[in-house]
Amino acid sequence: MTLYRPGKGHPMIQFDAVHKRFPNGTTAVHDLSLRMPEGGVTVLVGSSGCGKTTTLRMINRMVDPTSGTIQVNGKDVLQQDAADLRRSIGYVIQQSGLFPHRTVLDNIATVPLLLGWGRKKARARAAELLETVGLAADAGKRYPHQLSGGQQQRVGVARALAADPPVLLMDEPFGAVDPVVRTQLQDELLRLQKELNKTIVFVTHDVDEAVRLGDQIAIFRTGGHLVQCATPAELLARPADDFVADFLGAERGLKLLSLKTLADVPQGPAPEGGAWTLVLDEARKPLHWHAAADGTEIPVRPLRDSDSLLAALNESVASPTGLTARVDAAGTLTGVSSRDDIHAHAGRAHVAARAEAQTAASVPAEAQVEA
Amino acid sequence: MTIDWSWIGDHTDDLTTLTVSHLQAALSAVFFGLLISLPLAVIAHRVRPLRGFLLGLSNVLFTIPSIAIFVLLLPVSGLTRTTTVIGLTVYTLVVLLRNTVEGLDSVPVKTKEAAKAMGTRPLRTLLTVELPLALPVIMAGVRIATVMSISLVSVATYIGDGGLGQLFTDGFQRNFPTPVIAGVVLTLLLAVVADALLVAVQYALTPWTRRRA
Repeated sequence: MTLYRPGKGHPMIQFDAVHKRFPNGTTAVHDLSLRMPEGGVTVLVGSSGCGKTTTLRMINRMVDPTSGTIQVNGKDVLQQDAADLRRSIGYVIQQSGLFPHRTVLDNIATVPLLLGWGRKKARARAAELLETVGLAADAGKRYPHQLSGGQQQRVGVARALAADPPVLLMDEPFGAVDPVVRTQLQDELLRLQKELNKTIVFVTHDVDEAVRLGDQIAIFRTGGHLVQCATPAELLARPADDFVADFLGAERGLKLLSLKTLADVPQGPAPEGGAWTLVLDEARKPLHWHAAADGTEIPVRPLRDSDSLLAALNESVASPTGLTARVDAAGTLTGVSSRDDIHAHAGRAHVAARAEAQTAASVPAEAQVEA
Repeated sequence: MTIDWSWIGDHTDDLTTLTVSHLQAALSAVFFGLLISLPLAVIAHRVRPLRGFLLGLSNVLFTIPSIAIFVLLLPVSGLTRTTTVIGLTVYTLVVLLRNTVEGLDSVPVKTKEAAKAMGTRPLRTLLTVELPLALPVIMAGVRIATVMSISLVSVATYIGDGGLGQLFTDGFQRNFPTPVIAGVVLTLLLAVVADALLVAVQYALTPWTRRRA
């Protein structure tokens, strides 16, 4: 998942000493300095009213800062025409914000039409994007209210991508859909990002979503204070303070394991003739555990190398033998891993993440970005 | 009360002319009413303090008796079609202005935000997002204003205009009911047909409101 390492890309978006005070006197963002590297996903998290959405909206001038500077691709946003700036930045809005009176195709074509591409070219591009975001071509002729929530979100993403902007702003885009659809949309976003390499700024209040999608995560506290900005592994291994630790939750150690795969965990042959046997079908795909004593069958969930250590830990706890069945891409059994080996790797993952976080912390932030 | 069909047969040309003239007066009033209401409604929608004033003004204008309006206009435009149309236009404002403001208010904030975030400038947002989405409410106002104007045109008979209204004075003066009945029926027909046409226009203009999931 993490193709990007911090310090590799130059900052595409740069906040310097940015303050935002609203006319009613509330401070939404307090002295924010933050760099968002090119081609990386920066997730802004925090509870409501912490300034994360305001921070996002200052990037395309939906909100202007009270003081400080914000640069996108080296240019101060306040020096640019707001409408032109917005056309050059993709924006996916909460609950999609589609135009109810325009067909899906025309919704997606919005920015190309504003840029004067001409109707034919804009529609052709929109049709192409329908496919990119996994929608059927006939969805293009429909109106937004005829689509499901998840499909509307896909249209929202397609609309943001239409003019191929280098920067994508996403404001809790998957907040209003059910958990199953949300996971699908997250997977699709990660798949798209591998192809497109956009600089993405993503706002959410869901820590799991942040850990899943983020190359770096910025945690905000009420009053618009940035508390910590680090990679998910660093954040989970070394939260800066109690606020961050609390925000990440009691299972943050387990969340860290969701970032590591079980590829390196050793595997051995499946046990035969003991109390429990792993039953396979004729294609050598695991079916279930079978008890020799009373014939009890317990389901098995075989894991691939790309699955997470967290999934392996879960399976090792649930399995009657403590053994986790491992399969190749085709689903054929390759071996089993023991609970002890999985635990040992889980422990090592924590040690490694702590060490990494230590090194990162000892390098001054400036040097890290310029490197 | 019997209808003298031979009178109607002898006067079809007159009846046609009066019907066309009647419709022309009513539609002109709605047209100019919209022309005045749209910009005023945008102002009332954007500038909150002016909203109450503008809506209140349209209410006050509506309460002026029609004869009074015509009399007041006589020194300006005399006994002409212009006087008729101005008078009727004043009355359409009360519905058209209020409905247009409410239509603009009904556009979801989220949608306007989306237009802005995509880089649409304010005027284009008004023309391509706000007005289309306000259309159903505006059209409801246009329908009321149209039917109301069609029924009001007859009042202009006092200043020698009044379309089909002239049939009423004619019938009354001669104690001859046929023209009166013909006038009433034609006015009703005009109102019904005009309203049906407006429903069809709205149907054609708002395809997104009729396709359900």
